Amino acid sequence: MSEPVLSIRNLTVEIPTRHGIFKPVEDVSYDIRPGEIRGVVGESGAGKSMTGNAIIGLLDPPARVSSGEVWLNGRRIDQLDAEEKRKIRGKEIAMIFQDPLTSLNPLYTVGEQLVETIQLHLGLSQSAAKERAIALLDRVRIPNPTERFDQYPHQFSGGMRQRVVIALALCSEPSVIVADEPTTALDVSVQAQVLDLIKELARERNVGVILVTHDMGVIADTTDQVTVMYSGKVVEQGATRQILGAPTHEYTKSLIAAVPRPQVKLHRFPQVSYGGRETTFKIEELSRNWDRSLSSESGTLLQVDGLTKRFLQKGALLPSRRRYFTAVDAVSFDIKDGEVFGLVGESGSGKSTVARMIATLMPIDAGEITFDGEKMSAMGASELARYRRQIQMIFQDPYSSLNPRMSVGDIVAEPLIHHKILSRAEVAPRVRELLDHVGLASDAHRKYPHEFSGGQRQRISIARALATQPRFLICDEPTSALDVSIQAQILNILKDLQEYLGLTMLFISHDLPVVRQMCDRVGVMRQGKLVEMQETSALFEAPKTAYTRELLDLMPRLDQLSEEEIAGLRAKG
Amino acid sequence: MFSFIAKRVGQSVLVLLITGLVAFSMFTFVGDPIDNMLGQERTMEDVERLRQQLGLDKPFVVQYVRFLEQAVQGNFGISYRQGRPVAEILLERAPATLELAAVSSIFAIVLGIGLGVFTAIRRDGVAAHVIMSASLIGVSLPTFLIGILLIYVFSVELGWFPSFGRGETVDIGGWSTGFLTVTGLKALVLPSITLGLYQMTLIMRLVRSEMLEVMRQDYIRFAKARGLSNRVINFRHALKNTMVPVITVIGLQLGSIIAFAIITETVFQWPGVGLLFINAIQFVDIPVMAAYLMLISVMFVAINLLVDILYAFIDPRLRGAA
Amino acid sequence: MRRFLNSDIFYAFRTSPVAMASAFVTVLLVLAAVFAPLIALTNPFDPASLNLMNGFTPPMEPNAFTGETFLLGTDDQGRDVYSTILYGMRISLFVGVAAVMFAMILGIFLGLLSGYFGGWTETIIMRAADVQLTFPSILVAMLIFGIAKGVTPVEYRDQMAIWVLILAIGLSDWVQFARVVRGATLVEKSKDYVAAARMIGRSPLTIMLRHILPNVLSPVLVIATISLALAIIAEATLSFLGVGAPPTQPSLGTLIRIGQGYLFSGEWWILFFPACTLLALALAVNLLGDWLRDALNPRLR
Repeated sequence: MSEPVLSIRNLTVEIPTRHGIFKPVEDVSYDIRPGEIRGVVGESGAGKSMTGNAIIGLLDPPARVSSGEVWLNGRRIDQLDAEEKRKIRGKEIAMIFQDPLTSLNPLYTVGEQLVETIQLHLGLSQSAAKERAIALLDRVRIPNPTERFDQYPHQFSGGMRQRVVIALALCSEPSVIVADEPTTALDVSVQAQVLDLIKELARERNVGVILVTHDMGVIADTTDQVTVMYSGKVVEQGATRQILGAPTHEYTKSLIAAVPRPQVKLHRFPQVSYGGRETTFKIEELSRNWDRSLSSESGTLLQVDGLTKRFLQKGALLPSRRRYFTAVDAVSFDIKDGEVFGLVGESGSGKSTVARMIATLMPIDAGEITFDGEKMSAMGASELARYRRQIQMIFQDPYSSLNPRMSVGDIVAEPLIHHKILSRAEVAPRVRELLDHVGLASDAHRKYPHEFSGGQRQRISIARALATQPRFLICDEPTSALDVSIQAQILNILKDLQEYLGLTMLFISHDLPVVRQMCDRVGVMRQGKLVEMQETSALFEAPKTAYTRELLDLMPRLDQLSEEEIAGLRAKG
Repeated sequence: MFSFIAKRVGQSVLVLLITGLVAFSMFTFVGDPIDNMLGQERTMEDVERLRQQLGLDKPFVVQYVRFLEQAVQGNFGISYRQGRPVAEILLERAPATLELAAVSSIFAIVLGIGLGVFTAIRRDGVAAHVIMSASLIGVSLPTFLIGILLIYVFSVELGWFPSFGRGETVDIGGWSTGFLTVTGLKALVLPSITLGLYQMTLIMRLVRSEMLEVMRQDYIRFAKARGLSNRVINFRHALKNTMVPVITVIGLQLGSIIAFAIITETVFQWPGVGLLFINAIQFVDIPVMAAYLMLISVMFVAINLLVDILYAFIDPRLRGAA
Repeated sequence: MRRFLNSDIFYAFRTSPVAMASAFVTVLLVLAAVFAPLIALTNPFDPASLNLMNGFTPPMEPNAFTGETFLLGTDDQGRDVYSTILYGMRISLFVGVAAVMFAMILGIFLGLLSGYFGGWTETIIMRAADVQLTFPSILVAMLIFGIAKGVTPVEYRDQMAIWVLILAIGLSDWVQFARVVRGATLVEKSKDYVAAARMIGRSPLTIMLRHILPNVLSPVLVIATISLALAIIAEATLSFLGVGAPPTQPSLGTLIRIGQGYLFSGEWWILFFPACTLLALALAVNLLGDWLRDALNPRLR
């Protein structure tokens, strides 16, 4: 085995705070060999990005490396002064950031930024640097590199910009690249291409890559070695195949178990039990006094017919000169009573717009929504109020879906008070009961949203949605902002809602394995159109359209992941 | 690009029409111009004749259009107080204000940007802290107090500079300039500092905060990760991005320098349009007020238009959008 | 209350000497202004208490004719400078606070409306704001003052001056609030908690006042503090220029205007003490605003 290009030994980072010294990275050691990709995986706040920043001397004060060593090609670099470290940055260790939209200076052309970096590190002439820049753009597969050279970053798409960022990282043939969540901000299809490019370049140029990610799928597909981090410490590391196939540490085991699989449908998701995260919720208790008297006669609860939404793209005084963008194009589907219907698609496919129109958050341009036999267009104010009581929504971002200035009690009470469902005196006990049922502590109603974690907030959101005893629940990417372990917890609650309360759901997600686990039927959306609609198992096993097949192929291959932990949880049916 | 500028020009014309309306409304609704123009001894015929002569019997819109026509030709009527055409008085006074404003603007922009960049780059240095604290005193100190203080120290106690007036001026083709005589230049020093100091502190604080904001952006982090030197990051990447928002505000500040000249001109008895305006307010000399308002708005609109065009040249995103 | 005492903002306050000192000075000056009738030695506006013989008495020196001694001296009409400052500050602060309140309420209201509804409402309000922003607020205030002076009958002018000042400064300052509130409203409006409230069926007014308003208040608080300092300075400037508070109801600016005439003949105290008070007041409020802005915006630290 070749010598490591980069070695980290017992690295610890400290941040002094008001409440004492906080160690976001503690005693971390690993090596990177030429041409090797090391994945660093963990949940948010595990210290994985901080390690990357510490290596190249980009920690934001007051954070500082308090102990440990970093060796680059046999030279110790953690103790160098700022100027020496700067000379290493970009030349020997390059970096790729998460968001390609903000990584490039908007006021300079892509070419100017490349030439600047090349000249700095390699001291080439202007024309030689330009030649090399164009060659690099070509290498990262940007079409028409000579033409693109003179364009500004805003003229590139997200995926193309990330390629430019990679080209910038390659300017001086570095020996190590630190890639911090390089594909998180990108769509699945683009994500796969960018990861393939990184993999290819690492082999071809013999560069060691540190790939920081929270995504087990990326780890499984891309990396050779993996380091699993939990709250600043390394819990387990080794060859990817081995760690994923036969994890030894409890945390790794539960992390792997919590990854949704597309192949098999589970009855419930295994929950991460490491670190006292387990929560108990009692949805079945809710079912005792849940009003289930309402059921639609036809068996179809929601009917969407020719739903269309256009957005003004370019305004003009004359209607004929206005340009529109059709976000949702004549979409039709039915959702049966008690069914979970999934809508999948990439960002911009219009799936959230559909949800927002059903939720009355956005006016409909054409088409009709029929709920329990009642047409939305024919609803008056009182029918609309009744409709709103029966549909509720869980939003994607748990940090923005709760008003930060309202107590949790007030948040959950608002629908009860507005719809005058209960008398003032009955509201408070009801709110506490609801919070208790989603597994929150008894004093939760007095606290404010910022005192809760993302998963807890999402449960508050669920409690608010359940307050009016709705029949229909819209879940718009309810777990995509959450860590994988928390995701399992929320999905289990949703499964319970379905099982014990018989709720009908519209489940929107870009994550196919999650959809596989949650939905009875799935519709696939692309550029505003519903391109395919099938029973879930049929869709995954025999997609009818090429597009769906493409999406399925892009799913991470998780076959090397250990199946041991989830073996007992397979659905009976 | 072209449609962007065309849109801006359209907006500028709209602004001018609105200020014109305000100015015109002042004529129409504030006091009775007939009262102001004719003395106590007047006959009904006089009143009626003047009313017709001024077109006051016509509908509001017709009067407004007439007012605009006159205004475009530089005719703002006759000062109630001085009995001379307003345009004549303004032209006589304008060079004094423009020269003062020009010197103060250069002072404010050069020092403001320089110190702003300095305090942003050396944000934790002692000098930067001292400058920032001093700037807060500068913002809290009303302009007129700065003027009085400067007069007290440099005119009364030290006797270095005159405490009032423009000194000797030279007349070049109707433009009286103070730039060509020693006393004229000396007389400019204190008023320019007084007028420019406040704008300078504002520009400095703005440049500093914008630059610190830019320094937090990902592309600066990425520039650091690429190994660029601090000098290149500060002056090539951060400064240019800082200037995009700063230029707009500097444009506004330059406009306000002409308005703030009112205060400085009062303190230093500087014979410019500001002093004229303040006297006009005290004596409710509506034609002078209205003309001053129009003059100022034309200047502001011109400056803003220039700034917008400059903006489009700096920011490629705007160029692409059009 | 316990929540406030434990909060980061209060912690930041307790550990910042500048913030505590400026808060102390502000509170002290405000109390002095409020209780001026109790702590002033004379009522400077009561002609009966004035003695022209006391005119131009230097601070802490007995008057040549009457033998009376004054802490900060007397002005040309024999009024005790210490007392005139207290009463002057009362007017300065009253005008400043009232003008900022007026601007704030107007600005918040228009900002919420344009941010929440968008469309024509927004276009009209924000274009008006843009036009006004083209002109410096002091000029707008002067114009409003000039027009108001023109339309009020001569005999009411002095009486109305204070209210006209409040209107003029307030109207010249609402744009700041409206722009900030609109910007913050746009951000808040796109957040899902507003969508959740809309799904419940809450009316736009309830959503604006109960959900959005509390979330946009912190930038408003910062602007209000900084605006207060600016309003106090603007009032002083207008009064100094003779287009503000009349000599019968002198504010700090009017006092400085009076004092300016005697500075060069040696009677420095008539100008010096009011000027220092004005500076102390403006500086303390400014420092407080500056600190508040940094404390409420953790990104800046």
